[in-house]
Amino acid sequence: MPTISPPEDRTTHHAAGDRIPSLPPTSLVGRVSTFLYHHPLLLLLLFLIPPLLWLGVIYLGALGALLMQSFFSIDEFSGVINREFTLRTYVELFTPANMDIVLRTVLMAGAVTLASALIAFPIAYYMARYARGRVKALLYLAVMLPLWSSYLVRVYSWKLILAREGILNWAFAKLHLLWLMDAVLALPVVGGTSLSVSYLGTFLVFMYIWMPYMILPIQAALERVPVSLIEAASDLGARPGVAFRTVILPLAFPGVVAGSIFTFSLTLGDYIIPGIIGSSRFFIGQAVYSHQGLAGNIPLAAAFSVVPIVIMAFYLSAAKKLGAFDAL
Amino acid sequence: MRSRSDSRSPLTLKLMALAGLLFLHIPFAFILLYAFSTEDKSYQFPPPGLTLRWFEVAFHRQDIWDAISLSLRAASVSTFIAILLGTLAAAAIYKRRFFGREAISLLIILPIALPGIITGIALRSAFNIGDIPFSFWTIVLGHATFCIVVVYNNALARFRRILPSQIEASMDLGANGFQTFRYIILPNIATALLAGGMLAFALSFDEVIVTTFTAGQQSTLPIWMLTELVRPRQRPVTNVVAVFIITVTFVPILVAYYFTRGSEHTEGSGK
Repeated sequence: MPTISPPEDRTTHHAAGDRIPSLPPTSLVGRVSTFLYHHPLLLLLLFLIPPLLWLGVIYLGALGALLMQSFFSIDEFSGVINREFTLRTYVELFTPANMDIVLRTVLMAGAVTLASALIAFPIAYYMARYARGRVKALLYLAVMLPLWSSYLVRVYSWKLILAREGILNWAFAKLHLLWLMDAVLALPVVGGTSLSVSYLGTFLVFMYIWMPYMILPIQAALERVPVSLIEAASDLGARPGVAFRTVILPLAFPGVVAGSIFTFSLTLGDYIIPGIIGSSRFFIGQAVYSHQGLAGNIPLAAAFSVVPIVIMAFYLSAAKKLGAFDAL
Repeated sequence: MRSRSDSRSPLTLKLMALAGLLFLHIPFAFILLYAFSTEDKSYQFPPPGLTLRWFEVAFHRQDIWDAISLSLRAASVSTFIAILLGTLAAAAIYKRRFFGREAISLLIILPIALPGIITGIALRSAFNIGDIPFSFWTIVLGHATFCIVVVYNNALARFRRILPSQIEASMDLGANGFQTFRYIILPNIATALLAGGMLAFALSFDEVIVTTFTAGQQSTLPIWMLTELVRPRQRPVTNVVAVFIITVTFVPILVAYYFTRGSEHTEGSGK
């Protein structure tokens, strides 16, 4: 047990209004401590300055630099970045080809979000309403592990699964379902020569990677639905299906929106998944990455990355209206 | 709370939940299986045979050891910075309401609320403008920035659970602020900091999206893995490294879970 030495003198009281009698400091440390106790604002500043300096200078500074770069332009012949204010890069951004990239990415993010919600909901519902004790702890861990770890390895696993000689084709062949696979791949736009080079494959992997983010917010929202409300619904004659639609679902919806912030935002910015599993047509992230990389066109990359920031700003304000932040 | 009427789950719900969880976890099993496959030219299933050979081959690859070492160093330093700054921020936000409090908590969360590529390209833009060459520290700069929020979330949740009466009692008994911190607050938040630190470590060790923008020619383990994914050179070795990454990131997550169990939703609610 740690011992705290009692001060020798307990007679002086600092102020009448103080709940705690102020004691005469015995050492420098004690005096500093007392001084800070009487100047809480100074203490607050001392706490805040280091993290604010870091985030303010490095993160906000970098975001500022990003914005600044987007108003620079690149000299097409020399490849040198011209550091003068211009809107040329934004004009370049709004070409039909680039807008196709934006539209493709937003549609994909929307589809991934919708599908993730559909798959995550039963898991979250089971966790919140039925699982107890050890089972619940286990389920929680089962969601946490893929959520926090091994992003790249998890993407890689789909390369193994979707490969021509891989498990999926093998299973379809064994089940005599290859005709079904061929029919799916023959679909216009989403299909392709194989799943690993089609939008369908990209979609599958996106959903696999980001879906765990959907489960916990929905589960948290469902946990907060009072059982008495559901009982009241059934007492008033609502069948379970009706009670689910009219009571549980509306109350859990902010959780779904909260989860969708992650699935949507993460899909919007990802450039690795569509590069590894998918067709050769670009998503926003890939465009940003390729412009800053070999091309060295940081201004265009910067302007391109302003697009997801703007989209997310709209998305977050809509989510706020739907009560998603209270569900986080 | 559950009522007697709904204590048993409908079978369809159970099956749907189970299917969803299997979807999340079965791919891990394939990674594990392929690490032992004798086939080295394709991803043939089922593997024609099983071998431990690739673990030995991977063990003797210096480029892998270099990447592991860089990743471990970057993750350790980033975690250290994140614990320091995240705890300070949580202490300030928890302590009192003040002007700009909402804005500051938004600033802390922003690096993970925006897609990682934005943090990446933003830092890249700043390095370009400031003519800062890529180095170990540019990697750390990026990692620590998005790791702060992880520690912050855990620390804040724990700060809110400290009983104010404990702190008052300590002060009443004559402890000064530093002693109260040392003997009351620190023991209370220690496991939360450890959990936050573990998650931050796992996150940093595994991070690739921001790192590709801040590493230049350096190769962290995830970047090594990414190059292998784009241009496979020796698939079985990649499989072995994949198993290694899973193991290294699972352990801190399990430790973090162990230290925060009972206070669910603090550590998993979002990166």
